Amino acid sequence: MHDMSAPAHAAQAPTGFLSKHVFSLDHKVIGKQYYGLALLAAIIGMFLSWVMRIHLGWTSFAIPGLHFLSKNGAPGDVMTPEYYLQLMTMHGTIMVFFVLTTAPFAAFGNFFLPIQVGAEDMPFPHFNMMSFWITFVSFVVMVSSFFVADGPTLGGWTQYAPLSAMGSVTGPGQGLGVVLWASSIAIFCIGQLLGSLNFITTTLDMRTKGMSLWRMPLTTWAWFITSIMGLTAFAVLMPACILLILDHVAGTSFFVPSNLVVNDQLQPHSGGSTLLWQHLFWFFGHPEVYIAIVPAMGIVSHILMANIRRPLLSHRILVYSMGAVAVLSYMVYGHHMFVSGMNPISSIAFSFPTLIITIPATIIVLIWLGSLYGARMRLNTACLFSLGMISMFITGGISGFFLAQPSLDIMLHATYFVVGHFHFVMAVSAMFGIFAGTYFWFPKMYGRMMNDTLGKIHFWLTFVGAYCIFMPFHYLGLASNVRRYQAFVDDYLQPLIPVHRFITVAAIATGLVQLIFLYNLIHSRFWGKPAPDNPWEATSLEWSTSSPPPFDNFGGKLPVVYHDPYQYGIEGSTGDYVMQTDPQQIQTQGDEA
Amino acid sequence: MATTIHPPGAKEIRDLRPSNTSGNGGRRDRVPAGSELRAVQEYAPPPASTGVWVFVAGVSMTFAALTSALVVRKGGALDWRHVTLPSILYLNTLVLLASSVTLEISRCHVAAFMGGVKATTGNPARWLYATLSLGMLFLAGQYIAWRQLSAQGLYLATNPSSSFFYVFTAAHALHLLGGLFAMGRVIRKLNEHVLSRATLDATAHYWHFMDVLWIYLLVLLWMKL
Amino acid sequence: MAKLLAVTIILIAIISAIPILRHTWWMPEDISTHGQPIDEQMSETMAEGGISFLASQFLLAFFIWKFSRPRPGEKIKNFPGGAMGLVIAAFLLVGTEVLALGAFGAKAWANIYLTPPAANAMPIQVQAGQFAFYFRYPGPDGKFGPLHADQINEANANFFGLDTTHDQDSKDDIVAAEMAVPVNREINMLMHAKDVGHSFFVPELRVHQDFVPGLDLAIHFTATKIGRYEIVCTQLCGLGHYNMKAYLEVMSQADFDDWLKKQAALQ
Repeated sequence: MHDMSAPAHAAQAPTGFLSKHVFSLDHKVIGKQYYGLALLAAIIGMFLSWVMRIHLGWTSFAIPGLHFLSKNGAPGDVMTPEYYLQLMTMHGTIMVFFVLTTAPFAAFGNFFLPIQVGAEDMPFPHFNMMSFWITFVSFVVMVSSFFVADGPTLGGWTQYAPLSAMGSVTGPGQGLGVVLWASSIAIFCIGQLLGSLNFITTTLDMRTKGMSLWRMPLTTWAWFITSIMGLTAFAVLMPACILLILDHVAGTSFFVPSNLVVNDQLQPHSGGSTLLWQHLFWFFGHPEVYIAIVPAMGIVSHILMANIRRPLLSHRILVYSMGAVAVLSYMVYGHHMFVSGMNPISSIAFSFPTLIITIPATIIVLIWLGSLYGARMRLNTACLFSLGMISMFITGGISGFFLAQPSLDIMLHATYFVVGHFHFVMAVSAMFGIFAGTYFWFPKMYGRMMNDTLGKIHFWLTFVGAYCIFMPFHYLGLASNVRRYQAFVDDYLQPLIPVHRFITVAAIATGLVQLIFLYNLIHSRFWGKPAPDNPWEATSLEWSTSSPPPFDNFGGKLPVVYHDPYQYGIEGSTGDYVMQTDPQQIQTQGDEA
Repeated sequence: MATTIHPPGAKEIRDLRPSNTSGNGGRRDRVPAGSELRAVQEYAPPPASTGVWVFVAGVSMTFAALTSALVVRKGGALDWRHVTLPSILYLNTLVLLASSVTLEISRCHVAAFMGGVKATTGNPARWLYATLSLGMLFLAGQYIAWRQLSAQGLYLATNPSSSFFYVFTAAHALHLLGGLFAMGRVIRKLNEHVLSRATLDATAHYWHFMDVLWIYLLVLLWMKL
Repeated sequence: MAKLLAVTIILIAIISAIPILRHTWWMPEDISTHGQPIDEQMSETMAEGGISFLASQFLLAFFIWKFSRPRPGEKIKNFPGGAMGLVIAAFLLVGTEVLALGAFGAKAWANIYLTPPAANAMPIQVQAGQFAFYFRYPGPDGKFGPLHADQINEANANFFGLDTTHDQDSKDDIVAAEMAVPVNREINMLMHAKDVGHSFFVPELRVHQDFVPGLDLAIHFTATKIGRYEIVCTQLCGLGHYNMKAYLEVMSQADFDDWLKKQAALQ
């Protein structure tokens, strides 16, 4: 066993199936493993959303085969009320943790961060390998809750106490289901902390000659900022989950107050604080959603630049804005708790940073838009998804603007308006970032091109489909349609059921479209056209090495960096761009150094 | 790729790797001579050093979260009962502080050895063994403290203050256990002559942090429980 | 392809805006005394949000339309004002907008949550438990008897855990499964959670507040229009969450007095 701080490849490429493909220390393999995990999680999460949506549109419909998933949860293939909530909880948890935190950050970041800074690997490859397998174990624990007697927990991905803390007396799945959920998440936190450790040290210490901080591409910056957020946020969620587990298995009362009565039985807990869970959870929860979106912002910026063939209006301002968003994200978490019973003055206090975070977010969007001016756009699939992400992020951001105001939150809290907002910024914007990254980087990762025609069809149908699904959520919310209902029995909700049915049809149709993407991924992996080193004529370091990169990323000779990655629109002998590794001088506007 | 403790006379103790490997520990020099582009000069610390501070930041956040849980839980509840800290905790504190002292002594010996000041000296590993033993003694003392508390009828779920006592001390002990493994690794590497200064420094920083964290926890528990 | 994308974005933006402009799905009519600033805030925010939405989507579409062809040899133009111009615009426009809305909204919020109830506000206690709301009126003595959690017995309809044998104040308390209030009379609603977290939401009344187990809260309001409105639970509380509701009956004072007498007789 060698020194933890030495890159593993300084020796030689591993042989043997296990060390090459399973317990690999190579950040590229680890990145691909994370991507595979995220893909599997996304398929499961999407399947869950389908059965949820069918049930919402047609509550007593017998979904064929559902009883195979759970005899208790779907007797005769008709979903019980509790099973809806259980599936909903799993949908949210799997999507937020195992797709949106994993794919844009852990998958692409692991693969490309070391290459983009010019390193052979991350400095702690064993920790890196452990971080993936720990995340994998976390996933297995989470999914295992489907198969225990009572089923998974039904408390939502937010697991508010005391519903989550009192045990199975509060409902099916609230005993072992909660313990499995909390254990899985605590394990996930450890995996993420090890990942952040590697990301931060790689960015700070492993940059090659000439790679100053300001010469790093925006994706590297995004991953760096995200990993700092991950370090601090997951370190708070982990003790919260442990305290929750203790309330279950050790008889403590961190989150359960006294004098609670369930089924006419006085509960044995005393003195705990319900709101304590909410504070701990949302202190993590709000930075978490920025952990989901900031890498996508970096990816979109990076891809956009390569496809508009000109630099973005200002690289530094984008970095500062992403940083501002990250810092502010810790001050806004109370906006999830405006009507929670916390001091109403706190609600006003939290609303101001929430409103102010609009400013850096707007700056980011305006810089993107302003950079399109004077562009020479190449509309390949990656660029289409990047542009689509901008449209989606604008929509989601504006709906957030409503929710930032406590007086409006009175009407919109816990309605479908919130669901529409977060699906736009997370499920769609971050997903579009993942798609864009996939189409852009697939050639580098696998040495083969994806089919661009199929990619474009995937984009068009998904773009229109996503708007069809999630825009109506806002209308439902304005009409006070409460969320987390498995059926709509209230009088005022009856006229809204046709809207739900429309959404369900759109959701299933758009979900089926993703099969095109899946087919494209698998087919291109084995039979795609061989990819050149730099198919997109891009400047950053990953394009200066072969597709796929060799074992040690650069074939034994580390690159030397002469420029920042924004040298597009240059007139030179090599075309309209200059790579970071190209020693030729440039006569134009200032080089970032 | 093995690295060795520098033979006497070597100057740059920190640059233990050849400069043409990935930036770790290296200077990012000027671009090759003859070029007119601006140079970018930076010095990067060894990754182990950065890494340990990143890890310390994460652990601090965890204990910060537990601290705020303690404050909130105490503030809102009528069932808070004062817990008298078992007196062995103060002895354990001295033991842990002593372990930091022995660690620093061993670092001085290693530095001297690396710098060639003393050609032969008492085995610096001796002081590392002392540190390790004191750490284990601390953990044993913590266990005794738990036994003393449970003898008074104070268990994990007895009341919220006892809950926090166990949670905080267990969390600290767990992290210190990790530190013991790291210390064991340093000793093994020293014995095999493959210890790098960065590894020793990083482990030492972590160990001292565990010390500081314990003092913070002691004060917190003494004030609040 | 570029032109198609531009047109698609514009169509999506316009189609999305239509139901908003036409209030196809909108908040129900406001029947409260404190709701007007909320509704104004909503309209204000919708106008600003709507304009920002349409303007930015149109700008995105326009740029995609205009800047999608290769321009070999042509000098690259920067957006007028450059990055700094946009930053300044963002700070000024967005900054003033959000601060103005924040200040105005804080006032509306404080009006509801930071003002004490009137001295003659009628107290009604509401208890939320899996999966129903129950309402308690203090009766002629104007006092609520103490709650005994260990005496709650749903089978015997003792939802609040009242001890009418030993507690004098509980003897005349009136417990009902629906909430009746006289119109134009301020109500001070005392909120108590029996088991887990719940929430009280009446859209028409512009009232939304979570129940917090372990913390008894109060919120006050005045209903201005006679009618029957739904109270729905909005905090996930278990498998019956979707079905947890009650009716709020706003009546004339005379009708309310009748109702209360009838309820008292049923105790």
